[in-house]
Amino acid sequence: MMNSARTADANAVEARGLTVVRGGRTVLRGLDFTVEPGRITGLLGPSGCGKSTLMRAVVGTQAKVTGTLDVLGRPAGHPSLRPRIGYVTQAPSVYTDLTVRQNLDYFAAVLRPGRTHRASREEAVSRAIGDVDLTRHADALAGNLSGGQLSRVSLAVALLATPELLVLDEPTVGLDPVLRRDLWNLFHGLAADRGTTVLVSSHVMDEAERCHRLLLMREGEILADDTPDGLRTRTDSATVEEAFLHLVDEATANQATANQATANQATANEATASEATASETAASGATEDEAAACQEKTR
Amino acid sequence: MSTDTPALSLARTLATAGRVLRQLRHDPRTIALLLIVPVLMITLLRYVFDGDPETFDTIGASLLGIFPLITMFLVTSIATLRERTSGTLERLLALPLGKGDLIAGYALAFGAVAVAQSLLATAMSLWVLGLDAIGSPWLLLLVALLDALLGTALGLFVSAFAASEFQAVQFMPAVIFPQLLLCGLFTPRDQMHPVLETISDVLPMSYAVDGMNQVLTHPDITGDFYRDILVVAGSALLVLCLGAATLSRRTT
Repeated sequence: MMNSARTADANAVEARGLTVVRGGRTVLRGLDFTVEPGRITGLLGPSGCGKSTLMRAVVGTQAKVTGTLDVLGRPAGHPSLRPRIGYVTQAPSVYTDLTVRQNLDYFAAVLRPGRTHRASREEAVSRAIGDVDLTRHADALAGNLSGGQLSRVSLAVALLATPELLVLDEPTVGLDPVLRRDLWNLFHGLAADRGTTVLVSSHVMDEAERCHRLLLMREGEILADDTPDGLRTRTDSATVEEAFLHLVDEATANQATANQATANQATANEATASEATASETAASGATEDEAAACQEKTR
Repeated sequence: MSTDTPALSLARTLATAGRVLRQLRHDPRTIALLLIVPVLMITLLRYVFDGDPETFDTIGASLLGIFPLITMFLVTSIATLRERTSGTLERLLALPLGKGDLIAGYALAFGAVAVAQSLLATAMSLWVLGLDAIGSPWLLLLVALLDALLGTALGLFVSAFAASEFQAVQFMPAVIFPQLLLCGLFTPRDQMHPVLETISDVLPMSYAVDGMNQVLTHPDITGDFYRDILVVAGSALLVLCLGAATLSRRTT
């Protein structure tokens, strides 16, 4: 099932001024970014920087989203997008009291309901189980699998619909190096053979090298949007990790300078104000308390 | 592949019901408890009122209506709470699944369990323990099924307000006990304080119990029986719709 509707130049995701308030806190602050179609875009940053919230916004399960966010040419969360996006949450979201195959059978039936699709469903289920290398465990109860196997079941569910956009929230956390390599090979295969756009988050920087493009995030803002090569060259670093740290230090320094400037400005204002008040006080013979109140007001 | 998501699709509802039952099948102990506990309780009741068969008739018939309501309430509230906390609900709502499919799927699956449970408990009461009902056993079963649906609906609804299993089970005494006290099981409702009698008039369990007693004491279907099953079915439907409203595709 190739994506005939997709034009080569349209971005898979396009955000302008994307702001999200979650739990009373502004988690994303006016982000502008794009995700190219058919490529692997890595979303990197320390935990708590807003990666998961950004992914939820793209998938359309996040409330209180303002700004513009278009996904596959439609506003994020549009009902017609639901079968076209595969989403894997950080915690494996599958039924632990069903077998691997029963889990996939159910989600397949939700995606392609009805008897007429039975054959194509069975095919999709077997293919997805094969994709994540769980064929030997297909009839094992999900609750009895290891953590890494369970997160692969969750990934298999997202692969069922042969989605045009695959959103993966830290899919390789807790996996051994061999499995991690296999999964990255799978992601590259999906992008190359099926034209799938992959948006994958990680806080492990060595995985960044495997992405076509990177969005570096920090505290709800995007620090950089570049290729791994571009980042290294720009920051004159040997690895993406080094580049990221360089950018973080730079941002912190900029922020500190900005804060310092604001603070200096405030102190200067205050000084002028108190001088003025002091002279006034002296002139009118007002009490010290009044002077303090005055100063409070100017501040 | 169709891209629109109808509020209710038969195939998706059936798939959901099948999935819920399949989950239950991997948990034989829960099935055993669901089926056997009501039978044991009604047997216990029979011998508690060993010297007073008439009281056993009234209370026994009422309990046949109350058991499915309580057990389905508990099972559904925990099952849907697990669905909410495990992330599978978020995943399902990001897929083309209508909220109605999920709710109807749960109602269908637990309704089927309730039918099995009530068949056992009713058969045991009527033919082994000698519960003396004048009306048709099928009507007893119908009321029991509607009660089970009401329990499922209430369980689904309150699970939205519970953040943990601890809170979910506490909703049982909070939602079910007042109805149990006021439904006419302990004393006829018209002998209660007028305020309580009025409250009991608007609680659905009162009609569930009254429906059972109508079958117990009348050979034919009475007007009151029609009113009772309509009220119970209507309440179940209303609460199911409220439950659907608590399923949000977007998290805050």
